[in-house]
Amino acid sequence: MVRRWAATGPLLLVLAGCSSESGNDSPRAITGEDTVPPVPSEAAPSLPRPELHPGMPGLLNDAELEALAAARRDGLANIEDLPEFGFGEAASPERIAAWDIDIGPDGEGLPPGSGSVERGETLYRLQCVQCHGARGEGSQFEALAGRVPGDRFPFSEDRRYRITVGSYWPYATTLFDYIRRAMPQAAPGSLPPDDVYALTAFILQLNGLLGPGDFLDAESLPRIQMPARDRFVRDDRRGGPEVR
Amino acid sequence: MAKKRENGGLPSRRELLAGALGTAAVGAGAVAGAQQGDAPQPRPRAPEDPTKMQGLVPRPLGERSAFETPRRLVRVLEPSSSSRTPLQYLQGIVTPADLHFERHHAGIPNIDPERYELLIHGMVERPQTFTLADLKRFPAESKLRFLECSGNGGTAFQNRGRFPNLSPQEMDGLTSTSEWTGVPLKLLFREVGARPEATWFLAEAMDAAVMTRSVPMEKAWDDAIVAYAQNGEPLRPEQGYPARLFLPGWEGNASIKWLRRLKLSDRPFMTREETSKYTDPLPGEKARMFSFTMDAKSLITFPTFPERLGGPGWWEIRGIAWTGRGRITRVEISTDGGDTWEDAELQDPVLPKCHVRFRKLWNWTGRSAILMSRATDESGYVQPTRAALLEARGAYTRYHYNQIRSWRVEPDGQVFFAG
Ligand code: HEC
Repeated sequence: MVRRWAATGPLLLVLAGCSSESGNDSPRAITGEDTVPPVPSEAAPSLPRPELHPGMPGLLNDAELEALAAARRDGLANIEDLPEFGFGEAASPERIAAWDIDIGPDGEGLPPGSGSVERGETLYRLQCVQCHGARGEGSQFEALAGRVPGDRFPFSEDRRYRITVGSYWPYATTLFDYIRRAMPQAAPGSLPPDDVYALTAFILQLNGLLGPGDFLDAESLPRIQMPARDRFVRDDRRGGPEVR
Repeated sequence: MAKKRENGGLPSRRELLAGALGTAAVGAGAVAGAQQGDAPQPRPRAPEDPTKMQGLVPRPLGERSAFETPRRLVRVLEPSSSSRTPLQYLQGIVTPADLHFERHHAGIPNIDPERYELLIHGMVERPQTFTLADLKRFPAESKLRFLECSGNGGTAFQNRGRFPNLSPQEMDGLTSTSEWTGVPLKLLFREVGARPEATWFLAEAMDAAVMTRSVPMEKAWDDAIVAYAQNGEPLRPEQGYPARLFLPGWEGNASIKWLRRLKLSDRPFMTREETSKYTDPLPGEKARMFSFTMDAKSLITFPTFPERLGGPGWWEIRGIAWTGRGRITRVEISTDGGDTWEDAELQDPVLPKCHVRFRKLWNWTGRSAILMSRATDESGYVQPTRAALLEARGAYTRYHYNQIRSWRVEPDGQVFFAG
């Protein structure tokens, strides 16, 4: 059986308590300048979380869960002679919220807000176009747009096609997560959630995955099915004589 | 015949400068012109007879002989870039910290260690922060381990012998070995009460990429550490100062540097670095995800381009081998392009998940020869040929290029990369 969110029951509540988003996270705060105090953000909206698709690599089957339990037992046995030290400090929900910016493939962590393709285009022209090109075709920097005819996935044998959001990325949530944390290059972490939704929408539109007039928010973004979603497989190399 | 000194046998001021201060002055000049391709520095001076004068007084900080100017190789001066270790320059297994390769996606952050905190939260009983002092107070562990970027060797794989002027540094310089010291991650996870349901954790950096990777919890219960020291001293800024995740035997990118946050969950996070990047396209229109382990690999570091052997006779073929699956058990050498193989000697120590030095004496006849090395690890895995890897992964797969490399020795002694 594959482990999904639905199977985790009460754990969701535990996570919900410490996973509120922060549009004000300031990854550049610690650079030798004075630290910018984290601004506590609004609580995350309680959206029904879409289930992760069962084929998602990284969801453990029963055998893998057993192996993990054994590894945990061994690891803990390995340090059982050591006391519990009690070093460190309890982290308050505000403290956690200031850094807790990751977005899951199920949409967990997406902040309130929304953005349209059109607004995204305006922002893109101002902040992204110089490096990624008018239609996301890239320059010396990464291309962001492009599909392979028939949404094929020939990358190991054919280098005519570029690895892009539309041709290769399995989850649209990754786009939001990455833009918010790392782009634009000269001012990473500067974009508020509405702008990130808008830019994500525009880049998806460049890839033919949204149309004019479309917009994105915490509910719609995780429901976008990317063309390459089912192309990824877990690592099957195990050592031994076989070359994989 | 020795020249008689005009000042009664004392070394002249010029000689003093050459013997003592000269070293420091030339050293500083070499640092200022850090990049390869710079105008060559004037050759440093040394007294004709060092036994006839007092040497340098002790210094608070040592430096290399002015005659030694190894350099990392920097290809592009961009925040998202890399620099490569001069493998052909090194002996033994330890990489000096200032020559350890670099790969970062948004430059090297400047972090005040007194304000450093590591946050651990998610599926834990007690979310907590740890200062650097807290981390150092836990029982520590030191291990010699290699670290390799999974993109290492891509040029060699994709271009074969089309670029014969490749040195080990240019080709494979994204691997290094250090003694890493830190706190076992399982101690920290026990401290915060990691829940048994947690199957993955997110590791996040404090650089401008806020770099993230998902790591299976199994690695935490096994041998992952949060490292704060490298070769006996605090980590270099390029290596994650003041603290980094270190995952022995796994692709470098997952060992998140400048670590600020660990979040436990029951599914991976699907970050950009484990989807758009660091996945390996395979035949059959698939791509391998979470391909963490570095398979066995070996590399001759002498004789290689740009070396020129001074003539026929005895030469020691030298190199390094490593595997993410434990210990290297065997390295074989061929001097005839792979027709026949002989065992090389593995130099102690042969440590798990660590570079090991191999050596093999070779009596070169002076005729053209093709040198190759092939590693086997304790799992029984044998370093594959390029053809075997190509068949398994396709010609344009990305990452994990551990195919056998070969070097052609020309009759004039010149050595070239041969695919
Ligand atoms: C100064 C140049 C520059 C600007 C401006 C810039 N980027 Fe980037 N972008 C980069 C570089 C460089 C990378 C690759 C970084 C790395 O190597 O990890 C990148 C990567 C990306 C990626 C990931 C691409 C992939 O295939 O993995 C996305 C998405 C992206 N940028 C979006 C944006 C958006 C949206 C903006 C505007 C808000 C923007 N960028 C502005 C330089 C830039």
